[in-house]
Amino acid sequence: MDRERSPIRGAVKPRERAHPTPLTYVKVGTTLAVVTVVEVGVFYLHAMRPVIIPVFIVLSAVKFVLVAMFYMHLKFDSRLFSGLFVGGLMLATAIILALLALFAVFTG
Amino acid sequence: MQQTWVGGHQVPHPETATGLDHRKVLMWVFLGSECMFFGSLIATYLVYAGRSVVGPFPKEILDIPVTSVSTFVLLTSSLMMVLALAAISRGDVRGFRVWLLATALMGATFLGFQVFEFNHFVHQGLTPRTNLFGTTFFTLTGFHGAHVTVGVVWLLSLVGLSFRKGHVTQENSLKVELAGLYWHFVDIVWIVIFTLVYLIGVTTG
Repeated sequence: MDRERSPIRGAVKPRERAHPTPLTYVKVGTTLAVVTVVEVGVFYLHAMRPVIIPVFIVLSAVKFVLVAMFYMHLKFDSRLFSGLFVGGLMLATAIILALLALFAVFTG
Repeated sequence: MQQTWVGGHQVPHPETATGLDHRKVLMWVFLGSECMFFGSLIATYLVYAGRSVVGPFPKEILDIPVTSVSTFVLLTSSLMMVLALAAISRGDVRGFRVWLLATALMGATFLGFQVFEFNHFVHQGLTPRTNLFGTTFFTLTGFHGAHVTVGVVWLLSLVGLSFRKGHVTQENSLKVELAGLYWHFVDIVWIVIFTLVYLIGVTTG
């Protein structure tokens, strides 16, 4: 169990952990900068053209997850926050896919 | 009083049934709704991508080197933001002011890049009325820029409040974390925009 009772009746105390140290923040920042440089580098590499879109999406997802997990502390805070954010994110993804399907983007 | 983690320290907040500070729950609900807001704008951009009848087209007008620099500035501002939060969570108000001012300055620099870009595009003949690309591009990036502007004002307000005794302290550093959550959200939205609109947009024409 990752929860314990709090003084308020019926309430629970969600388990949260200490947020990262400044050193971890700097390491994440450096990783973000490196990934951005790789993204721009890939853009100018003609040999990457056949797989460039999946590569961009993966690199972008890596940056997105790093910021959300470490800078927004979702890795360390209550899972309720992750649920609220991921819920919105999944709805947004559904909106995008539904509109793309509605306007026949997938079928041309 | 219950406690929540802000940085490396725990700060008190009123008792709640969830055990979580309601302000932080509300901020995450807001950010979840913002995902849907930007999701709709991004979907609209993608639906109309490549359907402009007249130019300028993305390949002809988007400048990857310049936008890469502004992206780097915004990413670095997120690092400054967490360093500001780490400073206030250990009671270092002076350090907090320096890092937060750096964050706001970088946010303002990003906005400067956007103003430069918009101005350049208008001179190149791309306005929101020119074609579908112009309409969806200015709407999406314009709303993002508006969010960055709100963020810069919020951060500067916090710096100003920190000069009033007891307004921004280690004990109430949660208000800094809330501003930080908003700022990082604006950052991750730009990560998506930079990839879909600029990198993939120019690659696919």
